[in-house]
Amino acid sequence: MEKPANSRRISDLMGKNNKNILSIYFTAGYPNLGDTTEIARHLQQSGADLIEIGIPYSDPVADGPTIQESNQRALENGMNLDLLMNQLKSSLPSLEIPIILMGYFNPILQYGVERFCADCRQRNIEGLIIPDLPVQEYLTHYHHIFKQYDLHNIFLITPQTSDARIRWIDENSESFIYAVSDASITGAKRGISDRQKAYFERLQSMKLKHPFIIGFGISDHKTFNLACKFANGAIIGSAFINVLKQAKDLESAIHQFVQSVKYHQK
Amino acid sequence: MSFPIDTSGYYGPYGGAFIPEMLFPNVDELRNRYLDIIQDPDFQARFNQLLRDYVGRPSPLFFAQRLSETNGCKIYLKREDLNHTGAHKINNTIGQILVAQQLGKEKIIAETGAGQHGVATATVCALMGMECIVYMGEVDMKRQRPNVERMKLLGAQVRPATSGSRTLKDATNEALRHWINHPVDTHYIIGSVVGPHPYPDMVTRFQSVISEEIKIQLEQQEGRSNPDYVIACVGGGSNAAGAFYHFNQEQKVQLIAVEAAGRGLESGYSAATTSLGKPGVLHGSKTILMQTDDGQVVEPYSISAGLDYPGIGPLHAYLFETGRARFLSATDQQALDAGIKLSKLEGIIPALETAHALAALDQMSFNSDDVVVVNLSGRGDKDLETYIEKGKY
Repeated sequence: MEKPANSRRISDLMGKNNKNILSIYFTAGYPNLGDTTEIARHLQQSGADLIEIGIPYSDPVADGPTIQESNQRALENGMNLDLLMNQLKSSLPSLEIPIILMGYFNPILQYGVERFCADCRQRNIEGLIIPDLPVQEYLTHYHHIFKQYDLHNIFLITPQTSDARIRWIDENSESFIYAVSDASITGAKRGISDRQKAYFERLQSMKLKHPFIIGFGISDHKTFNLACKFANGAIIGSAFINVLKQAKDLESAIHQFVQSVKYHQK
Repeated sequence: MSFPIDTSGYYGPYGGAFIPEMLFPNVDELRNRYLDIIQDPDFQARFNQLLRDYVGRPSPLFFAQRLSETNGCKIYLKREDLNHTGAHKINNTIGQILVAQQLGKEKIIAETGAGQHGVATATVCALMGMECIVYMGEVDMKRQRPNVERMKLLGAQVRPATSGSRTLKDATNEALRHWINHPVDTHYIIGSVVGPHPYPDMVTRFQSVISEEIKIQLEQQEGRSNPDYVIACVGGGSNAAGAFYHFNQEQKVQLIAVEAAGRGLESGYSAATTSLGKPGVLHGSKTILMQTDDGQVVEPYSISAGLDYPGIGPLHAYLFETGRARFLSATDQQALDAGIKLSKLEGIIPALETAHALAALDQMSFNSDDVVVVNLSGRGDKDLETYIEKGKY
């Protein structure tokens, strides 16, 4: 069914006080150049609620070895932003769940921020995560462009973020806040400690305007469930990249992984 | 203020603090406190005392008579190579470790290319009894083995950066990742005028002692405090920033920055950022960097590990764009030749980084009464193997 032009799926997903939202990250062009849209389709069919497609970059400083390696491999495969936009052009209309792009700022800057936003809008991409574009820099220089194309920029907070700054980020957020679970890069396997639970409880007690979704260190049913006790959902990245790395058949591997995370079923 | 920097850390369009939120509290704390800390009289007294008694400052300004004769002008060498640990790098590490103490940090991390900054960091950590981890590209660890051992001898842990090109850029990535993982007790001593604000400004201030001394020494020796030219090599650009600092407002002083052309600008093996790069964001600041059309960072190349970096400090991008500094480049071969020339003419074996600045002398023409200061940023002991292998002497 045709959706009205202004209906944003991400707002629907975040706006209904939904719980147990499962967001999955993967790197575009990994493991093979042409896998991007197939992986997205399988994720939707398997029951993921939100998809984050990573734009590969040569120097991903917020990422651990697993995602670094997938970035490097995707670049070697020949992935770039032009190609990704082409891939998404043909496939996104068939997807129902919201898609956001995650990428470091320099490739977007070189592509042209306005052109990037226009192309995202045209492909029905609804949100962006740009870890090395600070909130203030975004608000001063780029917010007006993102707004023009109705794109939501999603900000990160961490256990070290002060309450005052969390409030300020909440004020300036759209759709949801990405709560980084610990002081870490992606792919750290530490489980979830009592200290982290205290941080999640602090976030809960702040009664923010926007839902928050927990990422970093979420890898399986147990950590996903625990995160969902505090937040509206959680994001899995490195653990899923490892699944893709080892998958013989993408469809069954993705299905199995998503089901195991959501329902603890194999 | 000697370089025009605004409160957000921009020099014109370049600079800023493009950092992930995970680093915001650290960088914000530093930004809020660095000026108060380093302008405090007690800090200044301690800093200056260490520069004098530990580093051996002021470093001499030496009139190089025989070199002057071959170039037809008056050439002075600012002898940063005579500093403790053999390069200008220690000016900054002394300053930053004192800042780290004021911030209540207990551990130090650093990145290093040639190993000079790593050694300078390991040295001050030993001096202050602080734990030190230095990230170094796996490739650089092989080509600068003596410096790896020096760092270990000084009690530092050297961790190889095994991602990407396994050189300075990747060592910097690893150090940033370490800092993200250890935000509370650790200070990151960046070794050049790169990184998010306030690093470029803070490092520049610590290195500005170079030009402060040149002014006084030149006045004593030449009866004038301003030379006609100041020449320095630029990788990230910390020695150049220090050598230019007090001359930036003196419009008659020509500032010459020399980049590493590697095997030649068009060879595909070069680190001459201003010739080959364009504006972008790397390691926390907007600057000029070598990159593909898609914005992927290009692996640089130079015979000198200290110039083997794909970007330059944002203030240098600004000096380049405004034309305030003139940017030249020297190839591997030109640098080797210039290093050997200085060795034979003046009895000084310069670091290969520094040799690039010396090579610029032969690309320029001077009047006989021109006063030229070359910042002799480091000594060549660490490069002996390269000289032996590739030099013609």
